[in-house]
Amino acid sequence: MSHGLFRTEWVAGEPPDIHHMDVPTAYDAAKLGMWLFLATEILLFGGLFAAYALFHWAYPTEFHHASKELNWKIGAFNTCVLLISSFYAALSVDAAQHNNNKKVVRYLLITLGCGLIFLVVKYFEWTGKASHGLFPGTSGEHGAFNSPEFNHSYRMFFGLYYCMTGLHALHVIIGMAILAWAANLARKGRFSKRYYTPVEVGALYWHLVDLIWIYLFPLLYLVG
Amino acid sequence: MSAHHHDSHSGHGEGFHGELGHVVPYKTYLAILIWLLILTVVTVAAAQVDFGAMNAVVAMIIASIKALLVATIFMHLKFENPVTWLYALFPIVLLAILLAGLFIDNPFRTDPQHATEAAQHAANRLAVILRIG
Repeated sequence: MSHGLFRTEWVAGEPPDIHHMDVPTAYDAAKLGMWLFLATEILLFGGLFAAYALFHWAYPTEFHHASKELNWKIGAFNTCVLLISSFYAALSVDAAQHNNNKKVVRYLLITLGCGLIFLVVKYFEWTGKASHGLFPGTSGEHGAFNSPEFNHSYRMFFGLYYCMTGLHALHVIIGMAILAWAANLARKGRFSKRYYTPVEVGALYWHLVDLIWIYLFPLLYLVG
Repeated sequence: MSAHHHDSHSGHGEGFHGELGHVVPYKTYLAILIWLLILTVVTVAAAQVDFGAMNAVVAMIIASIKALLVATIFMHLKFENPVTWLYALFPIVLLAILLAGLFIDNPFRTDPQHATEAAQHAANRLAVILRIG
């Protein structure tokens, strides 16, 4: 079974040799498939958002104190980095729509660079928290708040923090792998306004990663 | 798939239908990025003001405006067909049902004393309503 996307033989700028679909239908089908996948992603994160909403409602004061452990400046910086990365992902689609493979490569490399900056910042943030004893399921060295009730909800906040940002970071890594693959195809001159499905669906996935963070940043760093 | 056979009208505002998807002008993308960055500053500024119980609501409203900008322009949802809109909206509806269910159910499921109080409160309300009726 020869699959269009992974075929090694192709004509530069031309869609894969798909005999059972015309070009626009194949493009629309791929895009709709990605939207359906993104819907399941929203539900995946939705479960964690629901858990966060519930425990935030149950322990507002404790969550407030726990979120003060996070540095909102770092969170805001990473938010801007992801927004800029999304902008360049959108531009990479635009470049493909204008038959410019060189610009597709350039814009995707900028997107990947932003993704890398995000992950490096997140790494230092996590290790910083961990060095203060704030692991998932622990409450750190907070003698001032040592009531059992407080420790319990403090643990809950950092459990949710690590789960949500961890799952999000996993998505950043997967998104970077997809965009790197698309950039490599662009480097070989693969795309044109008649065929750029990998850039389009890769960018859609990347925008979702950005969307999730748009909600995570105020929830974890600001509202808490 | 009739959307692909629209006449291409180039230039201002909304861009044009390319050979496959919709082509959005560079300036529109840039304007959206600037709005997203401004709204990030607004979120941070709003967090310095205490709206009490509305803190989370204000933050979520701003986040949703940002999400709408990303989805409609960056992800081209604005130019997509109704089926794509359906795919984008149904998880949000399901999530709303989940949250509504949780917040209706939860007051009766915390610690036993809390649950007893909540049940007592509901019973009192019901008694008042019935007596008036």
